[in-house]
Amino acid sequence: MIEFDQVEKAYQVGGRAIPALHPTSLSIHTGEVFGIVGHSGAGKSTLVRLINLLERPTGGRILVDGEVVTDYGSGTLRAYRRKVGMIFQHFNLLSSKTVADNIAFPMKLAGIYSAADIRARVDELLALVSLSDQRRKYPSQLSGGQKQRVGIARALACRPTILLCDEATSALDPQTTQSVLALLSDINRQLGLTIVLITHEMDVVRRVCDRVAVMDGGQVVELGPVNEVFLHPQHGTTRDFVMESERVDQEELKTDLQHASGRILRLTFQGDATYQPLLGRVARESGVDFSILSGRIDHIKETPYGQLTLSLVGGDLDQAMAVLNQADVHVEVLR
Amino acid sequence: MNDLIPQFQSLLTHVDWSEIGWASWDTLVMVGVSLFFSVLIGLPLGVLLFLTGKRQLLAQTQVYAVLSFVVNILRSVPFIILLIVMIPVTMMIIGTSLGVAGAIPPLVAGGAPFFARLVETSLREVDRGIIEATQAMGASVRQIVLGALLPEALPGIIAAITVTAITLVSYAAMSGVVGGGGLGDLAIRFGYQRFQTDVMVITVALLVIFVQLLQMLGDKLVLYFSRR
Repeated sequence: MIEFDQVEKAYQVGGRAIPALHPTSLSIHTGEVFGIVGHSGAGKSTLVRLINLLERPTGGRILVDGEVVTDYGSGTLRAYRRKVGMIFQHFNLLSSKTVADNIAFPMKLAGIYSAADIRARVDELLALVSLSDQRRKYPSQLSGGQKQRVGIARALACRPTILLCDEATSALDPQTTQSVLALLSDINRQLGLTIVLITHEMDVVRRVCDRVAVMDGGQVVELGPVNEVFLHPQHGTTRDFVMESERVDQEELKTDLQHASGRILRLTFQGDATYQPLLGRVARESGVDFSILSGRIDHIKETPYGQLTLSLVGGDLDQAMAVLNQADVHVEVLR
Repeated sequence: MNDLIPQFQSLLTHVDWSEIGWASWDTLVMVGVSLFFSVLIGLPLGVLLFLTGKRQLLAQTQVYAVLSFVVNILRSVPFIILLIVMIPVTMMIIGTSLGVAGAIPPLVAGGAPFFARLVETSLREVDRGIIEATQAMGASVRQIVLGALLPEALPGIIAAITVTAITLVSYAAMSGVVGGGGLGDLAIRFGYQRFQTDVMVITVALLVIFVQLLQMLGDKLVLYFSRR
């Protein structure tokens, strides 16, 4: 468990303190995939670097498994950092070392592993990230996705309990992003590792995260389980992110709504409800006609969900609403 | 064809080849020894300059200012002046300010700060992300320098050694003015003071060849160690 207790961070710029993170308290549970989403400059990079103390907080305390890591001296801090792996947007591999030597590097730095231990662990990690046949190559000879997998293997070398991902997929194409995210999910499940992941793509959060914090202007503006935040965003910033990830153009949506007649509803289904033939039943029982203005059926992590924007005309609108309200769906009246 | 060789020889009447041979060897020794000490002193100095610089691992504004000031002074004094100013210091260290040995201290005094600046620059070229990643692995500053920074900057440092070696070749030639040995000494005593143009031409040609060889070797090594 990682706990932020009124943690704040300000940078000194020309004698003035510029806040990067306003006092923030939050907890990240052991074994979960925790997403932090925000635009650049929102403070998410600072937040994640506070966890392994690459950035020192200017106030508050950070506790990991009950220990106040912000009080650690340099020796204990180095030992603690070995238990916190980190991967980066631009991979940050050593260009002068081979794939195998890059993965072995943190273990060599630790100075507590024998050469045989290191060799065995490197083999194991290369297999985990499916790069066994690339061990003698140099990073410049690898593709972006391969580099990130080396980064992941390197981050796992000293068997950390926390993995920090700093925009780990932002420099990758969609397909590679998919495979790296799948690998992160696997690692989270197999090793029970806590993953803290920062991104500016809500899609990444949707695919792998359990909970998410939305940041804006150095503050956490919304925090909760991904499905709740995703399907019922409260804060403006969150809504923007969700819209962006669903490629919904708000202006277009407005024009669509102007053309549509009748009552306009947004239905949100989750889990098994996604597969229920609800709309046909509503139409039959209440005699309303409906047209679908926009819709999407997808998954949040493994849970299926659907979201439909409908206009209802004719028939018994009140009865239609009653049927909908009884069913296992969330109904929002847009007009 | 047959009279070409005597004609060529008649052009080089003053050239004493064994003298040239010894002078070349002396230049080689002066450059080699002073390069060794320039790297020995300049490398840690360059690392220190880098580490104490603004927003770096050991950012220490005052230490940086002092180091930077000393380096700048040594680098801004024209080498010919440095040669003269260094004479008492050289007398203290070596016992003489003449010959090959007497040329080494001023060469190191000129070469080390020059090399240190080049090292500082090539360390700055290393991606900050690599330092951050190594730090995140729990590395100490010493481990970051030895394990990540220097290996990553190696091609740049080899290029810096090449440039320093070539600078030292020209400095070594200059030391002939104050009684240092080598090709420069030969060029000044015979080529300049006794108007033996042929000696001048040969020494200059040898210096040019020497510099070319150094540059080629340096470029080859840089290429070999570049993995980017």
